[in-house]
Amino acid sequence: MQHVSPIREPLVTGGKTYADITEDVCRQVEAKPNVRWMMALGVSLVFLGIFIYSVYRTLWFGIGEWGLNKTVGWAWDITNFVWWVGIGHAGTLISAILLLFRQKWRTSINRAAEAMTIFAVICAAMFPVLHMGRPWLAYWVLPLPNTFGSLWVNFNSPLLWDVFAISTYFSVSLVFWYIGLIPDFATIRDRATGPIARRAYALLSMNWTGSAKHWSRYETVSLILAGLATPLVLSVHTIVSMDFATSVIPGWHTTIFPPYFVAGAIFSGFAMVLTLMIITRKTFKLEDYITLEHVESMNKVITLTGSIVGVAYITEFFIAWYSGVEYEQYAFINRATGPYWWAYWSMMTCNVITPQLFWFRSIRRSLTATFIISIFVNIGMWFERFVIIVTSLHRDFLPSSWVMFSPTSIDVGVYVGTMGLFFTLFLLFAKFFPVVNMAEVKSILKSSSGVSHTHHPEASMHGTAPKNHKHD
Amino acid sequence: MQETIKYWRGVEELNNTPEFQKHAHNEFPEFLPVSEANGGDSSSPVAPRRDFLKLLGFGVAAATLASCESPVRKAIPYLHKPEEVEPGIPNWYASTYFMGDIYNPVLVKTREGRPIKIEGNNLSPITQGATHARSQASLLNLYDNNRLKGPVAKKQPTSWEKIDQEIRTRLTGVQGRVVLVSNTIISPSTKTVIREFGAQFPAFEHVTYDANSASALLRANGGVVPGYDFSKARTIVSIGADFLGTWISPVEYSKQYIVNRKVTADRPVMSRHFQFESFLSMTGANADVRIPIKPSEYSAVVAAIYNRVAAGTGGTPIQAPNTAYAKQVERAATELLASRGAALVVSDSNDPAVQTLVTAINTALGANGTTINTAVPSFVRQGDDARMLRLINDMNNGAVGAVIFYGANPVYDHPLSQQVVNGLKKVGVKISFADREDETAAHVDYICPDNHYLESWNDFEPKRGFLGLAQPTITPIFNTRQAQDSLLKWTGSTTDFYTVIQRTWSGIVGGGAAWDRAVHDGLATGTTGANEPTAPAAPLTLAAAAVSINRGGRAGKGTELVIYEKVAIGAGQHTNNPWLQEMSDPTTKATWDNYVTISSAMANQLGVEQNDMLRVTANGKSIELPALIQPGQAQGTIGIAIGYGRTHAGQAGNNVGANVYPLVTVAGDSLIFANNVEIAKAGGDRPIAQTQTHHTVMGRIVVQESTLAKYQKDPKSVTEYVRIATPDGPQKPQKVSLWQDYEYKNHHWGMVIDLNSCIGCGTCTVSCQIENNVAVVGKQEVLNRRDMQWLRIDRYYSSDATREDGGFEKMENPSENPQVIFQPMLCQHCNHAPCETVCPVAATMHSTEGINQMVYNRCVGTRYCANNCPYKVRRFNWFNYANNEKFDYQMNNDLGKMVLNPDVTVRSRGVMEKCSFCVQRIQYGKLEAKKDGRRPKDGEIVTACAQACPTNAIIFGDMLDPNSQISQILKREQGERAFHVLEELNTQPNVTYLTKIRNLA
Repeated sequence: MQHVSPIREPLVTGGKTYADITEDVCRQVEAKPNVRWMMALGVSLVFLGIFIYSVYRTLWFGIGEWGLNKTVGWAWDITNFVWWVGIGHAGTLISAILLLFRQKWRTSINRAAEAMTIFAVICAAMFPVLHMGRPWLAYWVLPLPNTFGSLWVNFNSPLLWDVFAISTYFSVSLVFWYIGLIPDFATIRDRATGPIARRAYALLSMNWTGSAKHWSRYETVSLILAGLATPLVLSVHTIVSMDFATSVIPGWHTTIFPPYFVAGAIFSGFAMVLTLMIITRKTFKLEDYITLEHVESMNKVITLTGSIVGVAYITEFFIAWYSGVEYEQYAFINRATGPYWWAYWSMMTCNVITPQLFWFRSIRRSLTATFIISIFVNIGMWFERFVIIVTSLHRDFLPSSWVMFSPTSIDVGVYVGTMGLFFTLFLLFAKFFPVVNMAEVKSILKSSSGVSHTHHPEASMHGTAPKNHKHD
Repeated sequence: MQETIKYWRGVEELNNTPEFQKHAHNEFPEFLPVSEANGGDSSSPVAPRRDFLKLLGFGVAAATLASCESPVRKAIPYLHKPEEVEPGIPNWYASTYFMGDIYNPVLVKTREGRPIKIEGNNLSPITQGATHARSQASLLNLYDNNRLKGPVAKKQPTSWEKIDQEIRTRLTGVQGRVVLVSNTIISPSTKTVIREFGAQFPAFEHVTYDANSASALLRANGGVVPGYDFSKARTIVSIGADFLGTWISPVEYSKQYIVNRKVTADRPVMSRHFQFESFLSMTGANADVRIPIKPSEYSAVVAAIYNRVAAGTGGTPIQAPNTAYAKQVERAATELLASRGAALVVSDSNDPAVQTLVTAINTALGANGTTINTAVPSFVRQGDDARMLRLINDMNNGAVGAVIFYGANPVYDHPLSQQVVNGLKKVGVKISFADREDETAAHVDYICPDNHYLESWNDFEPKRGFLGLAQPTITPIFNTRQAQDSLLKWTGSTTDFYTVIQRTWSGIVGGGAAWDRAVHDGLATGTTGANEPTAPAAPLTLAAAAVSINRGGRAGKGTELVIYEKVAIGAGQHTNNPWLQEMSDPTTKATWDNYVTISSAMANQLGVEQNDMLRVTANGKSIELPALIQPGQAQGTIGIAIGYGRTHAGQAGNNVGANVYPLVTVAGDSLIFANNVEIAKAGGDRPIAQTQTHHTVMGRIVVQESTLAKYQKDPKSVTEYVRIATPDGPQKPQKVSLWQDYEYKNHHWGMVIDLNSCIGCGTCTVSCQIENNVAVVGKQEVLNRRDMQWLRIDRYYSSDATREDGGFEKMENPSENPQVIFQPMLCQHCNHAPCETVCPVAATMHSTEGINQMVYNRCVGTRYCANNCPYKVRRFNWFNYANNEKFDYQMNNDLGKMVLNPDVTVRSRGVMEKCSFCVQRIQYGKLEAKKDGRRPKDGEIVTACAQACPTNAIIFGDMLDPNSQISQILKREQGERAFHVLEELNTQPNVTYLTKIRNLA
């Protein structure tokens, strides 16, 4: 048995056995949907309906249904895009980078985080397509052989890089997530009673037998994919940031953007993971798997990335002053004191001030505080993108073109609609897929569970904070 | 033999089987087996279920397919091609536009028999190729669906025969005077026709009035407009006259004015222009010294100038009221005196006393024979307020038996509109030539719709000795008839108006080839005498004027309203023209509305913000309009534009804004376009659609200006050039580049825009819109900041604040009386274009001739290019603007679509568009040159904006041709006035601006 530190908190509490883990996780999948889930799905479907209606209006009548204008060519669309992509980042970070760093605490949350990544990227991908004037020609951004003559995409364009970055990111994340699901699907398949479930999960588990060879391949593929996904954590948001950084617009044309965006993405992603995990663990009674230890670790990451983002904000201001470029200086003064000051200060409050509360251990370990702050961070990060996009565009070089942007109901509809899409997908996932990676949690059970395995589960059923750490 | 040959329908008939015999009488023997499933019971009419379903299926499918089918649009080729029409090749015809303020000889471009563009006629010595927004846009009135489609008698459509017969009968038996009411007519032949028509009646009168009256000016100058020549003036003082935008003949005056406003290092002299006015007019925006005064102070200022000039020239001073502007008057008068013989004073006041003094000042300054060509007075205004007022009286007294309205709409545009309506009820025969059922035509018995001027023959004598011709460029679209032909018919004459014109002209230019030449040129020289005033009202004497001025009178308490005219809409004749409605006003940048211009001080005092509704009351009538905070508005005054609030203009013009004519002061025999009003908040607001809402330049050098003094001292000191700090010291931005330069081997198109010449009139924007099929989007979309103009005029006000004293927020506030600068802004066709690199599908790229091109077909509409454009000149098609009920302008009906330029694609929804440097014109010019086996000549290829500009502020050409005008200017101005906007971005635009020079006092 591995050595377990007497001072380190256990990663799985409640004295779980292997069987308990299987039971706890599979219960959600096998049982009838509970009322809370049904209600949540109902609400999500309403929002999905809003999404469908708003998309219909956008596609049928044109982008004019949104609040954009001749000066502000992007607003909520790209704000939402970057926001959703950013949210997706936590999943990749947790599964890939933490895997490479052998961070064992990731095992119970990586599945849901990865699912969140995929759904967030699906939501994100809606916007680059929807925001096009002629979305039915969206495939033209792909370097496809064509009959148009020698027409080819423009490799100079950061939007094209985006296409590659997002599609790569989505495919790698999807494969990574799916590979991880295979052993758990096999578990569910083996336990399934109904013929449909058995057939479906058999198909999904791809004939997994749990042989040593399978496990060995599983481990190898996971490691390779983690290796592939790791640069993606950095590259995707780097490239998204280049949409802005390579432009000439003051407030966009900033070399600090790549690291700043990556930090911001991880920041918002972790906040979203926390929001979702706190709800999930409550709803599905997974308190023993997603423990305060997890919450605290993630809060530390939030504090770190939040501080990086804060430093970035201040650096931008410093550089604006230091550069001596009047347009740049105006762009930043306008952000803080211009007509969109409220967006800027919402961003500052939510992103820079609130995460600093996590320096207090009690707040860091408080679920309520964490939940509230995570929501704040999500809001703040949306405002960050809004501030970058809209306040930079609405007053750029020529004062004659300065305008205000205000969203229409369709703008709002598309945005809250993607939340409907996201939560519909997430709730379906939570119901029909194992939300915690059973196989991986089992692998850490011996090394870091709170109690020795006495084979008397009832003895430790209620012990959430066992007093004695045994070294066996 | 022949009869024996027999043909069978088939072997069945040959064999003649019993089965064949049975069905022989039946044309469709194998019809649907309806009865089969019913057990062979053919008597049952019930169709079996299967057949029902089959038929249902077929029916649904057929109906669906039929409804999916797009309507058939036929392109019908010419059966007999007219000799002169070559598909794809434009034909040009010389013609003349005259309406309201604008006399404009034009060339009309027709394609496949339909007029699609109007340009200036370079042969005209009066306008020299210049145009006005209104003459450009008048084209669309031809394709106006709201025009009457034929004659109307008592609200019922009728035929010309019937209406002619009825009118002749009724006119024969008319009791009382027959009156023809028109706006100014300068057509000698039309006057002949009217005279002959009138001769039939025992009592006939032709009453002329103008909605924007210049009666007082005429009275003070013997019934004519003096032959002003601004090009000879070194000092110009205007008291309220917006002579560049709307006053009398702005096209002509702009062309003259600009002669002394252009500067070069070799000739660093400029005229100095003083403007005393109440609201900020376009002319005031161009003035070197602008003094905001109330309308009631006009007379005192003019009197003070007169006295100062009289003192300087040995004239008789008059007793004059004190003026608060003694210092400014002193300066203006001193300069006038200093440039005696090259000084000119003009005023738009309709007060005879003021105009008498203005004439006296000009005479004293020796303007006659120098800045006023006394031999060539202008006839473009002949309206007589007194006679119109008398007519309204007579109508109400029942003294008028018949009234004919020709081009006049007094129910709308006369302050005594209600009296006109009441009077009309007492007139026996009422006839109108209006092309639509306008406000006045709604009260008449017979409407005999006149042709559009592009469908008509006409002649003009705008100035003594100068003649113009209009010729039809298309056969009348509707069943309309030219008013003159109607009059000839009713006179009993058998000749047509064309013959009358020829007859008039034969004595002057001669017939045959000379006449052909005149038609070809659209103009000639010669005098008809038709427009010479017959019995002008005697001008006031100086003494009488002095008495009138000292009586003061109107300088009452409270708020003073000044009623002005907008460049786009004019007096209201073009209200139904969507191009003009959407053209942004030169100073306010507002579209689709009129409004109350109000100073910020007064707005604060009233607690009013922009767009708040105000109620303005005078003459016992009130109108409600939104407030527009206007820098430069004289304290204690507000301004409202005429031409709006029409109820019978048509779809685009009805109920846009409010009608301010009822607030005009009727003082004795004159109409005074000012009044003392009560102003109050009306509650609520109505947003004003402006294309520009930020008004100051925020201390940026995106537009550059300097002073004449500085320029004279060192021409190299007037423009600020940005340098980039590098390790090797400050460098030009071009030196610090990561880009590879394009190589231009054949042509390199470029443009120079002289900010000194640009008067901000906006003619280029309309011309561009017409040439390039730019969509009209309507008020709501302008409010949404989605106007589509490819070329806009940025207008900046100066601010008192600098960055040092109060930061950016204070810099957003314009000065109380700001200096104004105009900057035409269009695609800069950057050689290092930020838009080109960011398009993911390469839909915008660089041509081998330096043009930044937009490929609509390839565009997927990410709008990244527009975001990355530092000049914000790209325009996105947010909706389908053609064939869309929501945008019910000319592109939504077949008639209106005839105005489209067939050389330019109508853009679909979801694509980006922008200035193309009129690439279709470049291609056409190159093709023509190629056919002749030569290079294109400089000046042969001209963009629509450069062509339209009345002041030659825009020069387009090939920068690789060392002898082209643009190359010469660039060579001359390099390091002096030439600058690129945002040079520091190293976009290297192909559009170069020349720094504005002000002749500040």
